[in-house]
Amino acid sequence: MIEHTTPIGWQIGTISEIVQRTPSIKSFFLRLAQPFTHVAGQHVDIRLTAPDGYSAMRSYSIASDPSRSDTIELVIENLQGEVSAYFHEVAVAGDEIELRGPLGGHFLWPEHESGPILLIGAGSGVAPFMSMIRHRRSGALTVPTALLLSARTRNDALFAEELISSEDGDPNFVLALAITREAPWRASDFSRRVDEAMIKDVVGRMPSAPSHVFICGSNGFVNVAADGVLASGLAPSVIKTERYGG
Amino acid sequence: MATRGFTGRPSGGDQSERIPPGQHLVDYFPVLTAGPTPNIEPGDWKFTLKIGPRPVKAWNWAEFNSLPMTKMTRDIHCVTSWSKLNTAWEGVLIDDILADAGVEHPTDFLLAHSFDGYSTNVPLADLASGKAMVALKYEGKAIPRDHGGPARLLVPHLYFWKSAKWVNGLQFTERDEPGFWELRGYHIYGDPWKEQRYSGD
Ligand SMILES: Cc1cc2nc3c(=O)[nH]c(=O)nc-3n(C[C@H](O)[C@H](O)[C@H](O)COP(=O)(O)OP(=O)(O)OC[C@H]3O[C@@H](n4cnc5c(N)ncnc54)[C@H](O)[C@@H]3O)c2cc1C
Repeated sequence: MIEHTTPIGWQIGTISEIVQRTPSIKSFFLRLAQPFTHVAGQHVDIRLTAPDGYSAMRSYSIASDPSRSDTIELVIENLQGEVSAYFHEVAVAGDEIELRGPLGGHFLWPEHESGPILLIGAGSGVAPFMSMIRHRRSGALTVPTALLLSARTRNDALFAEELISSEDGDPNFVLALAITREAPWRASDFSRRVDEAMIKDVVGRMPSAPSHVFICGSNGFVNVAADGVLASGLAPSVIKTERYGG
Repeated sequence: MATRGFTGRPSGGDQSERIPPGQHLVDYFPVLTAGPTPNIEPGDWKFTLKIGPRPVKAWNWAEFNSLPMTKMTRDIHCVTSWSKLNTAWEGVLIDDILADAGVEHPTDFLLAHSFDGYSTNVPLADLASGKAMVALKYEGKAIPRDHGGPARLLVPHLYFWKSAKWVNGLQFTERDEPGFWELRGYHIYGDPWKEQRYSGD
């Protein structure tokens, strides 16, 4: 449970680096004026302000490892919308961005020891899971964890290289890619949209049924994945969802 | 602080005074939910009014639908920063639910409960006097599951997490008891015009 009785104030994050991750997703590394420690799964609110005082606010999950708290990584998909297009088309290293955080008290990596954890994401919805997986890796945590990641093509699979190398050498981490518009990448991957049979298959690769399921992405994707998890016999109470709004 | 190179899109024009600080206008209806979307058949639907632990009255779907219906068209404001104008709802005013149960003012605070275990607290003053309803229709039709159907609470003057989806009860409490999001860092009251997003704001 997250409680903050003092307000979480706005601060400045300075863009230190921008990295193109997939054709439509870039990472933005923000150096914080007031470093904080987040719990993997939390987000920040970003506020852009025009010269006439008009401002636009949006939420972005923190993708970086919580133990690296002076600089945070956000991964933003270009939806041609007001804020995502600004980041993709206007922002450059050195720009100062107003933000507040860390925020969110529900979609959180369990602080206490837990049973297996199943993560299901699509598109930029893998952002909070990167923070969790990096946290797990840097803390040498052994809790069995599986990530089912859906992407249109291999090139759209965010952080695929890092995830594949995480899987190599860690018997407790399972990665399954659901590539919807291309042949499967590896024998353990799928070449269709996420469905019930696929979720059952991935759950079957875990030592026991997951005690936590996290699902993140667009609302349509989250509904399909959550229905699949329920159909594979898991209880609604173990499922946490984060819907990116549309 | 002005952000270099950000100009923003054309504002809501003469509607801008209807948009609280930090909010932006959308014309579609985003969906945000903390868990799976429940599937509730009207036959399984039941709404219970409680005072503390004690149930005072319960209604099934047919009984609830025979209560007086009221229409309400309101602007709504989600804490994730979108606002939507002129949303049209129809349902049963909280006043009419309390009247049907013969309950007036046992305490000042309530918790709304939902089928999926969600809860949120709202003071009686913000539910009564025609301010809030249990909505059964959106834009003239049954409320879609994603948006809380078959029935959701509608408290349009507070951030929209207070308008509990899949609502199945109201409970009077002695004190103002935080609900699901209020226990997870969000503001206890949630007035969009005061930007009461997170606790401490
Ligand atoms: C807790 C949380 C965490 C998030 N984390 C991330 C993250 O890590 N990375 C990320 O990229 N995003 C994330 N998001 C989404 C992000 O906050 C923004 O919503 C997103 O970047 C779009 O903002 P925008 O200003 O670019 O688009 P806006 O101008 O707000 O437009 C929103 C999008 O909605 C689309 N849209 C317009 N009409 C409709 C319609 N009728 N139906 C459906 N869609 C429509 C538009 O095309 C546009 O793409 C998160 C959201 C939440 C709530």
